[in-house]
Amino acid sequence: MIWNQPKECMSAEDKRRMQGERLRKLVERVYHSVPFYRRKMQEMDVMPRDIRSIDDIVRLPFTTKQDMRDNYPYDLFAVPMSEIVRLHASSGTTGKPTVVGYTRYDLSVWSEMTARCLSAFGADRNDIVSVGYGYGLFTGGLGLHYGVEHLGGTVIPMSSGNTAKHIQLMHDFGATALACTPSYALYLADALRDCGMPRDEFRLKIGIFGAEPWTENMRREIEAKLGIDAYNIYGLSEVMGPGVSYECECKNGSHIGDDHFYPEIVSPDTLEPLPYGEQGELVFTTLTKEGIPLLRYRTKDLCSLDDTPCECGRTAVRMSRIVGRSDDMLIIRGVNLFPSQIESVILEMEEFEPHYLLVVDRVNNLDTLEVQVEVRDGFYSDEINRMMELRKKIAARLQSVLGLAADIRLVEPGTIARSEGKAKRVIDKRTLN
Amino acid sequence: MTTIKQLSVFIENRTGRINEVTRILEESGINMSAFSLAESADFGILRMIVSDVDGARAALKAAHFGVSTTDVLAISCPNRPGAMHRVLEVLARENVFIEYMYAFSEGEVANVIIRPTDVERAAELLRNL
Repeated sequence: MIWNQPKECMSAEDKRRMQGERLRKLVERVYHSVPFYRRKMQEMDVMPRDIRSIDDIVRLPFTTKQDMRDNYPYDLFAVPMSEIVRLHASSGTTGKPTVVGYTRYDLSVWSEMTARCLSAFGADRNDIVSVGYGYGLFTGGLGLHYGVEHLGGTVIPMSSGNTAKHIQLMHDFGATALACTPSYALYLADALRDCGMPRDEFRLKIGIFGAEPWTENMRREIEAKLGIDAYNIYGLSEVMGPGVSYECECKNGSHIGDDHFYPEIVSPDTLEPLPYGEQGELVFTTLTKEGIPLLRYRTKDLCSLDDTPCECGRTAVRMSRIVGRSDDMLIIRGVNLFPSQIESVILEMEEFEPHYLLVVDRVNNLDTLEVQVEVRDGFYSDEINRMMELRKKIAARLQSVLGLAADIRLVEPGTIARSEGKAKRVIDKRTLN
Repeated sequence: MTTIKQLSVFIENRTGRINEVTRILEESGINMSAFSLAESADFGILRMIVSDVDGARAALKAAHFGVSTTDVLAISCPNRPGAMHRVLEVLARENVFIEYMYAFSEGEVANVIIRPTDVERAAELLRNL
């Protein structure tokens, strides 16, 4: 079902007019209330009055994650804190995450967008949705949570972890839909098979999967193993959270809520806009956001856009699957991670050489992260226990910074390639084909 | 009983790594008179008593091995029942903890390498044995 027919199926002409009007107001707003954007626009010699239609968007400055860090915590907020009712944060380098703030209106848009997703997946007020995304600073859990409530369905706020309990409650509560990362869905599928309770005692029919890139092969595997329809939901906290785009029953690209988030594809090298159909970096302008509106935010996600009409009837532009990143960000068990975060931990510890190698793999459908480090001369010991303590120490530090458990492997001195220009710091053995 | 320097080498659990250590010692003309290997899941520590500690250390470091030196006690005792027990009793009585030890016997004599947590205290206790 289409949740918001007038918006999701708007004619191209009406949509352009609406986007232009919203962009004009947005630029007016950020120019006057966010010094960062005023300064940037002045540098580029662009004034709010220069923005007359959506085509003028190309004259506006880009925003990056680094800009958000530089303006930590609140300098990009466009409203006083009295208007902000919620904060979320994504993990960042040591001690400095990126923070996003939502007004009451922003939260209502988020609920609306997530309800659009759920509706497109075939869910309605009769569905019972088990949300297995983490609740907390991460947008996944609460984003889905409010969407299900807005839809009128029943939400089971499972959060992540504790697979056995998750399976038991899905069984007992008659969950009809499951929201989690696709790799966790595969893990859960195996656990469900082995749990002793027959499949026909479960009512599961819909899978709501996102927070990490996945493939058609994974979809086929999940659908076969769990006996459900699996749909992609895309989002990022900087723009909103889950619900920025979503698949429909055609499962052929994800519809972007382009009445709220205007998408562009640019060349990651030249930042020149690329035409529809070409692959490049996805960029979003948050047309209606009040708390932390962003102009041309570079997601670093690589994909392509398609504005041809979809068989489902929606005119909302579709994005292809994410085929990669234009930076070195890794997504491990749904957690975003930059090699530089690991580097910052290692550089702070005198016991280790400032070199490392990350080996990412997928074992039994769960991502694994191995961090190889070399112990610095003078810290080698004749005792196994001492060496184990070193390993435990770095593992604990990494866990607290990354929010993710890593296997530490101590390797012999000189084993890890020294950086000469671009050292290979990551070996990702996971195959996304 | 004497206090001597033991050389420890960090070795990843990969085939051929210990051979690499023995090759380097051979090329440097260094003799290994005793050794033991401690292992964990991912790595091992080869502890050895060599004829030239500084020479072995330099040669291994040049070949990118992680090495450390530690004071250990070398004890010779008669190769017969109860001799080892007497040594250990002295340490246990005084609450001196042993991290690890290794030994080899040859004819009438048994040679034991002991790595107590507190080397000086253990040396003091065993001096009069």
